[in-house]
Amino acid sequence: MSKFIFTFFVLFTIWIGFTTSLQPQEVITGSILSLIITLFAYKTFSKTALSFFQPKRLFNILKYLVVFLIALVKSNFDVAKRVISPSLPINPGIVKYNTKLKSDIAKVVLANSITLTPGTLTVDIIDDALHIHWLDVKSKEPDIIFKEIGEQFEIILKEIFE
Amino acid sequence: MLNILGYILVSVGVAFLFLGAFGIFRMPDIYTRLQAGTKATTLGALGTILGVGLIQPEWFLKTLVIAIFIAISNPISSHALARGSYKIGHKPFMKDDGVDSYSEVELNEGEEF
Repeated sequence: MSKFIFTFFVLFTIWIGFTTSLQPQEVITGSILSLIITLFAYKTFSKTALSFFQPKRLFNILKYLVVFLIALVKSNFDVAKRVISPSLPINPGIVKYNTKLKSDIAKVVLANSITLTPGTLTVDIIDDALHIHWLDVKSKEPDIIFKEIGEQFEIILKEIFE
Repeated sequence: MLNILGYILVSVGVAFLFLGAFGIFRMPDIYTRLQAGTKATTLGALGTILGVGLIQPEWFLKTLVIAIFIAISNPISSHALARGSYKIGHKPFMKDDGVDSYSEVELNEGEEF
């Protein structure tokens, strides 16, 4: 039941976001459509359901968004700098990154965040190992790779999903 | 005030989109091109779309939803492109002492894709 309400709430919020009006016909259409999709999808939509809205979790999500946006802007300047400089200072390679996260959704979020941060691109996830294409390989040591690429995300993701 | 912020965001976004295109032109192989492509287009698209949302405040919620979908789907598509191009045999461009941890994995995995 909790899953059902959660799915309906998320879908309905997206609908309101797209229509941006509270006129009765919009709201009724939206709730009927959300209800139909919820009936099909609520079992697989989310594992956390309503416990998603714990204050602590929401706070961590906000924190994650801030960290992520800063990393995104930094990564853009980093890549832009490399592209503009005439000598093209890159040293690419694919490195293995061992994650400590257990749940699937956390790994997906981690992989996506890594793709959007400085000079790294996730090529594949196999169990606990992420294979990451790195524009400027600084080291082959697993510890340094862990620190450079994903430590800041992993700490917060652990709080959110586990 | 919101107008000016919106115009600034749009200009920054356009600048990053240009740099992304420039990066695709300059990089040596598909993976480094994806690097330039994904990052620059994500921030570029987020900047232009949210900027439009600020110039026209009644569209802001719509543009926010679009921006979230872009932020989710962009890295996934670039990941799929990178994985696919490795599987069909594009070797990454590397300097002499480059590392490639993914080459060990592929041998065990067979031809399942």
